[in-house]
Amino acid sequence: MAISRRVVLHFPPRLVDQPIIYQLVKEHNLVLNILKASVTPNEEGLLILELSGAQKDYDQGIRYLQEVGVRIQSLGQNIVRNETRCTHCGACIAICPTGALALDPKTRLVNFLEDRCTACEICVLACPPRAMEVHF
Amino acid sequence: MTRTIAEINEKIRKGQAVVVTAEEVIDLVEKEGVEKAAQRVDVVTTGTFGPMCSSGAYFNLGHSKPRIKIGGGRAYLNDVPAYTGIAAVDIFLGATALPDDDPRNRIHPGAFNYGGGHVIEELVAGKDVRLAVSAYGTDCYPRKRMETWTNIKDMNEAVLFNIRNAYQNYNVAVNLSDKTLYTYMGVLKPNLGSANYSSAGQLSPLLNDPYYRTIGIGTRIFLGGGIGYVAWHGTQHNPNVPRSDKGVPTRGAGTLTVIGDLKQMKPQWLVGASMVGYGCTLTVGIGIPIPILSEEILRYTAVRDEEIFAPIVDYAEAYPQRSPEILGEASYGELKSGRIIVQEKEVLTASLSSYPKAVEIANTLKEWIVRGDFLLTEPVASLPGVEAGITFKPLKERPIEE
Repeated sequence: MAISRRVVLHFPPRLVDQPIIYQLVKEHNLVLNILKASVTPNEEGLLILELSGAQKDYDQGIRYLQEVGVRIQSLGQNIVRNETRCTHCGACIAICPTGALALDPKTRLVNFLEDRCTACEICVLACPPRAMEVHF
Repeated sequence: MTRTIAEINEKIRKGQAVVVTAEEVIDLVEKEGVEKAAQRVDVVTTGTFGPMCSSGAYFNLGHSKPRIKIGGGRAYLNDVPAYTGIAAVDIFLGATALPDDDPRNRIHPGAFNYGGGHVIEELVAGKDVRLAVSAYGTDCYPRKRMETWTNIKDMNEAVLFNIRNAYQNYNVAVNLSDKTLYTYMGVLKPNLGSANYSSAGQLSPLLNDPYYRTIGIGTRIFLGGGIGYVAWHGTQHNPNVPRSDKGVPTRGAGTLTVIGDLKQMKPQWLVGASMVGYGCTLTVGIGIPIPILSEEILRYTAVRDEEIFAPIVDYAEAYPQRSPEILGEASYGELKSGRIIVQEKEVLTASLSSYPKAVEIANTLKEWIVRGDFLLTEPVASLPGVEAGITFKPLKERPIEE
């Protein structure tokens, strides 16, 4: 069964110079789409990926990453809306490239659809009351 | 049908007043007609919750021992500078004030994370803020420096005083250039990528009283979660703009100056805001009751989003260059549908003013009136209307020859 998952990978400084993603693609037959990458030598590296492939390959790939010491988080938790600061104005709606921030036409409240969020962070500074928070 | 504010207040005191919001009145008029609805309804409540830059607060900080003359010196609240050019311990803090060390737009677009509006929100929330003062010292006010925590409850007065709020209609901002724009109307995507607007439309106070028949100086209002008053017409108040058949302005028109005791307001209705690449401001909640003194006044309150039109303005060229050109008009009905057509292109819309919060304000004000906690006031003077012949003056520069 083919699946597609978005994950956040944290690379400890000792792994940043290793070709881990190369191994992930080559040995585990996964297709990947890089959504965000931040890699600096001697510091923790951060990579947000969409991984697609067979369930079996995906599970083995994740196991490989864990074994070499990469910390894995699923994506939904990373952009968080501070519900007490959000005023539901809607300033974020037109700039969100994936439609993860969308207006409910009846209540006019802004819904945050976490499964559509790619953690691009465009909303973070565009939100006037700064309700969108990055939690890595 | 006519009734007076005194009669309405009598019904409020007895718990018999019929109060509906400016949203509810639309359906009511549709069902029952203007005549019947006007007989039944005593008050229509309005609401708006949007960023309003000409907002601020003044404070009397109390006198330290020994005394210090802050007037003419410098004062900071949480590093945000306040205006000191008044008496010894009175200061005014504006919503857009920024700390001296804020990088502003040196790396564009600046984040503008913290400014005067945020300080006001924190004070209203009851948080301690740092007061830092420097002065020149006098015989009667010898101290030159002071740093202390302070709190709104320790101040003699803390008064919200906003010199332009509740704009009667506003521009729809778009971007015809090929670069993202960072404006006071939010982030505007290039090549007509987004259209940002900022009005509660059919719930907005002055759009429900387009000729200022009931809202005047002295009108008691919902302000920042507490009670406030209309103090004057706001700056740039300009009734002489194009209007629809029903009298609704199709451009930015009237404005209000409002005032109220900050100590009884609530932080959820005075929210510090950051406009990336532009600056800081304060999002203010305002609700105004409209007494239904006649059928005509009720008819105005029944205005719906589809009947209120706003001008579409290019913020890449026309707005900064003060060109009067507009790209067309859009109704709030269209704007709230999520898409409008500009230059034959479908453009996504986004609002800076929160409609759900405007509904909440109108409902809160309704509850206060129904419970008998909020009586209406007779204005002591009217706001300037169309007949006042106000013209909105641009700044004409005259070179200074040395």
